Amino acid sequence: MTVTMATNGAVTVASLTGEIDASTAPAIQQQLNPLVMPGAKVVLDLADVPYMSSAGLRLLLSIYRQIAGAGGKIALAAVVEDIRDTMSVTGFLKFFVVFDTVAEAVASLAA
Amino acid sequence: MQDRIDVHPTHTLAGFQLRVGKAFPFGATTVPGGVNFSVFSRFATSCTLVLFEKGEPEPFGEIPFPDEFRIGNVYTMVVFGLNIEQLEYGYRMDGPFDPAHGQRFDTAKILLDPYARVIGGRDTWGVQPDWSDAYHHRGRLAFDDFDWEHDRPLELPIQDLVIYEAHVRSLTAHPSAGVRHPGTFAAIRDKIPYLQELGVNCLELMPIYEFDEWENSRISPVTGKTLYNYWGYSTVGFFAPKAGYAASGRHGMQVDELKTLVKELHAHGIEIMLDVVFNHTAEGNERGPTISFRGLDNQTYYMLTPEGYYYNFSGTGNTLNCNNPIVRNMVIDCLRYWASEYHIDGFRFDLAAILGRDTDGTPLANPPLLESLAYDPILAKCKLIAEAWDAGGLYQVGSFPAYGRWAEWNGKYRDTVRGWIKGDAGLVGDIATRIAGSPDLYPTRGPMASINFITAHDGFTLRDLVSYNEKHNEANGEDNNDGANDNFSWNSGVEGETDDPAINALRRRQMKNALVVLLVSQGVPMILMGDEVARTQYGNNNTYCHDDELNWFDWAQIEHEAELLRFTRHCIAFRQAHPALRRDRHFTGQDEVGSGYPDIGWHGTEIGQPDWSAESLEIAFMLCGKHVPRGGSHDNYLYIALNTGTDTRTFALPALPDGLKWHVAINTGAPAPEDSWEIGQEPVLSDQGSFLVGGRSVAALVGR
Repeated sequence: MTVTMATNGAVTVASLTGEIDASTAPAIQQQLNPLVMPGAKVVLDLADVPYMSSAGLRLLLSIYRQIAGAGGKIALAAVVEDIRDTMSVTGFLKFFVVFDTVAEAVASLAA
Repeated sequence: MQDRIDVHPTHTLAGFQLRVGKAFPFGATTVPGGVNFSVFSRFATSCTLVLFEKGEPEPFGEIPFPDEFRIGNVYTMVVFGLNIEQLEYGYRMDGPFDPAHGQRFDTAKILLDPYARVIGGRDTWGVQPDWSDAYHHRGRLAFDDFDWEHDRPLELPIQDLVIYEAHVRSLTAHPSAGVRHPGTFAAIRDKIPYLQELGVNCLELMPIYEFDEWENSRISPVTGKTLYNYWGYSTVGFFAPKAGYAASGRHGMQVDELKTLVKELHAHGIEIMLDVVFNHTAEGNERGPTISFRGLDNQTYYMLTPEGYYYNFSGTGNTLNCNNPIVRNMVIDCLRYWASEYHIDGFRFDLAAILGRDTDGTPLANPPLLESLAYDPILAKCKLIAEAWDAGGLYQVGSFPAYGRWAEWNGKYRDTVRGWIKGDAGLVGDIATRIAGSPDLYPTRGPMASINFITAHDGFTLRDLVSYNEKHNEANGEDNNDGANDNFSWNSGVEGETDDPAINALRRRQMKNALVVLLVSQGVPMILMGDEVARTQYGNNNTYCHDDELNWFDWAQIEHEAELLRFTRHCIAFRQAHPALRRDRHFTGQDEVGSGYPDIGWHGTEIGQPDWSAESLEIAFMLCGKHVPRGGSHDNYLYIALNTGTDTRTFALPALPDGLKWHVAINTGAPAPEDSWEIGQEPVLSDQGSFLVGGRSVAALVGR
């Protein structure tokens, strides 16, 4: 499980790679913590995340709450269909704006 | 923040790091660094915690509870370093095996925690389990951090509810449902617009606590299909939602999926009520499986005969010992959990008369469980509804110990309205009493105590009620011996489906008659899923075992039966538009507000002259909207006439105050679309002095 950060103007793109579950979520949370800043604009690129457990989805929502609480914005990009479906049926999806590509997500947050 | 000092293990045993646990809460709970386990047994001599990786046949660990970790009869332990998402757990209990004295301990059995919040093992509906598995229904941990945002139970006044009784699978399993995940909690969300358009504001779900659809499964000798424990009136675990009802059950996320459904229903103004089955469990009698209670503490959890056999007041093999203080507390814990953790708005208690029986089966005058539930601080705003009878012959409709809180499924309402609709004589007084909210049964509780229904999951659907004289349960494989024999039904001329247009027209009108009577009665109406579109079970009045079209809602029916659906919508809207139909106290028959009219006035074809004779097949009544006792604006005047005879009758209409006129809102004797009108669109009557009501018809007028 890795997290790669890239800056695109005012927007930070965090690309996650690997499965996210109870065993990997705490480490990812730590790596994403620095992004929680007032007015932060964050895109989570999930193209290379094939599976997210319940704990993984909770991590997403927790980050959303932190960034939104700090007056920032977060968007998800390239969520694989199975995860998107699970997020939909379990209610996690409605908290997020989701884009098909990172570029669209960046453009939206930068606007 | 500083770490707690109890994050550090104090003991090492069987390769695990441990610490003494906390007795409360019961069950398995995540704590910093580990999981707290707490389980009760009065008669066990020792207990072992059994740990599995999710889905693995063999446990990865077994940890005997050190005796120093036991507090009273509760075994407690914190185990550190567990992967809470991958964990499945159970218990082995040692103790005497002495059935004659009620003891059935067996260390060979791995037992489900009665407080398990998530239960694995039947993760996807209808997938054949591995029968060689030593542990079928596996306790798992639940996240309890759902993001409810601003949601909480709606607390709608009970008399404002229109309840819709449905089964999770039946509602969306049919291919015509057009949903991504048929038969699931998630799919119900897709049907919320339909429920809203229909106008119902309370969804009552048949059992959703974890059950085993494979319990007593068999191949039907008649159809060759697999017969399941489909309805689910047989609980495996009271704290866990049925995994197989969740599209996300395979990911163990049924808790989030169900909570999301509740939140969405609430956001659309719809309450959710659960049908809960505390009268028995899935373990059956002495020949049934040992899943949980039997092995944990048989003598505590079940009502036993002096010889150690199971009392069978439920008709299903065993009877949960609800007025044992331990079991009573479990039931209260359970309902508190569902009310607070899932925001459930109310509960309907299956065979609730059992909950009023003493530990030896004797009916109690003051049953502690029912009293506790009635006065519980967390359940204080929840609707509590009793099915006020049981299979042991206790029938308490009107006499259920209510403490001013309990409402009841009104079985007398059902039987009277059925008899009236089919034209039985001798019922005119009774039908008037039922329409008025059954003041004979609920003199002090008021009409809100009466859950009015004509059909429910048990028995005929509305269409079958007007299409069959006899039950036709052959597909159940019990030689048509199961199911009720007293259906008070009439087939309208020929048994079963027919091409005869006259009979089909009569059936449609009879369905309309039933619906309008239901929706103008004082009390709380309940509609059975699909009755609004003439759902048929082909005369089967006990479809508990069928996972097919016998139970499924066929969504093509909303086109085929658009007329009945429209009519039902209008009847519900009529009820919701007129608070005079939703009173919170009984009529007095007096004019207490000086309007010049009593709150209810009874009429016949002549004003003020109702025919109460045994032969009478007609009755009418007028409600004065100035008597609505719940504050707010006044209602209109309403006049409703019922003619269940075969001849058209002319009803003289009571005079309205100056300037007001009678308008026709509903008339089942008129062909669609003039059978019912949108609120505000009701046409004024040209003859304000009298109204013709056709044979077997009901009319509702509004004076404004």
